[in-house]
Amino acid sequence: MKIAVCVKQVPTREWQPRVNETRTWIRDQDASFEMNEPDAYALEEALRLKERHGGEVVVCSAGPARVGQVIREALARGADRAIHVEDDLLGAADPLVVADALASGMRDERFDLVLTGLQSDDQGFAQTGVVLAERLGLAHATIIMEVQVAGAGLRVKRELEGGWFQWIEMPLPALLTIQSGINQLRYATLKGIMAAKRKEIRKVAPPAGLAGLQRVVNLYVPEKRKHTEMIGGTPAEAAKGLVKRLRDGAHIT
Amino acid sequence: MVLVIAEQRAGALNRVSWETVAAAQQLAGAAGGMPVTIAVAGGSIRDLAAELASASVASVVAIEHPLLASYTPDGFVQALQELVSRTTPSYVAIPHTYQTRDFAPALASRLARPLITDVIGLASFEGRPAFVRPLFQGRLVADVVPDAAPPCFVTFQVGAFRADDVVRGAAPAPVSTMEVALDASTIRQKPEPPFREAKQAVDLSQAERIVAVGRGIKAPEHLPLVRALADALGAELGASRPICDSGWLPMERQIGSSGQTVAPKLYVAVGLSGAIQHLVGMKASRAIVAINKDPDAPIFEVADYGIVGDLFEVVPALIAELGR
Repeated sequence: MKIAVCVKQVPTREWQPRVNETRTWIRDQDASFEMNEPDAYALEEALRLKERHGGEVVVCSAGPARVGQVIREALARGADRAIHVEDDLLGAADPLVVADALASGMRDERFDLVLTGLQSDDQGFAQTGVVLAERLGLAHATIIMEVQVAGAGLRVKRELEGGWFQWIEMPLPALLTIQSGINQLRYATLKGIMAAKRKEIRKVAPPAGLAGLQRVVNLYVPEKRKHTEMIGGTPAEAAKGLVKRLRDGAHIT
Repeated sequence: MVLVIAEQRAGALNRVSWETVAAAQQLAGAAGGMPVTIAVAGGSIRDLAAELASASVASVVAIEHPLLASYTPDGFVQALQELVSRTTPSYVAIPHTYQTRDFAPALASRLARPLITDVIGLASFEGRPAFVRPLFQGRLVADVVPDAAPPCFVTFQVGAFRADDVVRGAAPAPVSTMEVALDASTIRQKPEPPFREAKQAVDLSQAERIVAVGRGIKAPEHLPLVRALADALGAELGASRPICDSGWLPMERQIGSSGQTVAPKLYVAVGLSGAIQHLVGMKASRAIVAINKDPDAPIFEVADYGIVGDLFEVVPALIAELGR
């Protein structure tokens, strides 16, 4: 099976994002970056499918030159080669632009299966995978917790809300958006890191004239709607203060 | 016109649809007094359309087709594309559910129109509505505007608007049905009936107090510390999604949009930053305590009491204090 995995590079969770001068995006020159976590689960699922059914895993990413970091990490974990759709404007693009950029680099490959994370930890649109399926003409299913190859197609377990699930049969080629927790992640070995240096990264420019359909006009730290009483002091003092308030408020007996 | 796409499962209305009706009514007002129409698609949904007609709206449209009885993205995208093309709305408002996430991006992109997801509020920009949505796991929020001809598709986060705020009509709104032509051969997904995993041993929704743990706990061997705090408070133990994803606690302990929704008397969040998916599952709790080393963590936005500090120092101090 020829499998593509789309990975996005996002600021690390520990980084408190700071807003830029125009209040339309973050100061990403200050950020440190990592692989979007749901995409890491999608990559792991692709590697497991290859181990069971053979084939190839191609990691695909759209973004500025810096996304080479997550591409190399994916190659070190076991992906066979990579496609990097490179443009500075892809760092903060809307989902249609990202999907069009990815589709331009992926279309001719005719993948059997495309996996993406269910959403990104930065903009959190939860759209790129589904739009990419549209662009590539693939059947799709979202928020997937198990993937089985069934004959010429797939049987996938889709997560619904509140602890409900549903199995879906679908043909290949297909695109699935993968839910975090579908598997246990592997990490790169030294051997994998060395091997990654020799793997192919094909760089592609996105089509000219891609334009987003939505735009951020004001980016800010959320205003608190609720009054939070902060309890300071040493840990012992804070603990004492909190327990007193909980007892006074009859929250505990 | 603002077109609401209500959600139903097996002929029962998903209650979050009312929140989206409330959001649509407010949006219609902010956009200069547009009419609101509610649409619902499914197999046999006339009763449901009548239920929706109690809202103060211009009309309710029921789209019935045997191929819509079980939800599939291919079926719903085709039917709703026809609905949107025929009704030419300015905005399409949809609850931000897992089902919506499955079809709405395909629907909007097929029509080459913007989809603004996960909206938690309305704002304005240069005299027109803007949509407030969280970014970076809720650490920032953005006012977003569409940059294209209408319609603009908008999904509203669960719990962001109140179902109680729906304006009801003096008389039921007119209900009509819309015929759509669907071809079974174009529906590629074959769904099986929904099911639940093994019966859940813990029902966190019934717990009076909950101590919930997040990534700040760092390693599973530290969980007994949080468990000891839960015992000292007479609380059940819950967790954020990453803790359950890592297998440190069973999935049945997970609180948030993909896990359980809870509203206990006391909720103590320990080392838990408060991503939006978690907050929607617990923010209705009566009293919320947050203990986190990051003063900017979004969990403090919903907390009544906050302690900024190292949980490995604060939690033992709390256990000691509770034992006094």
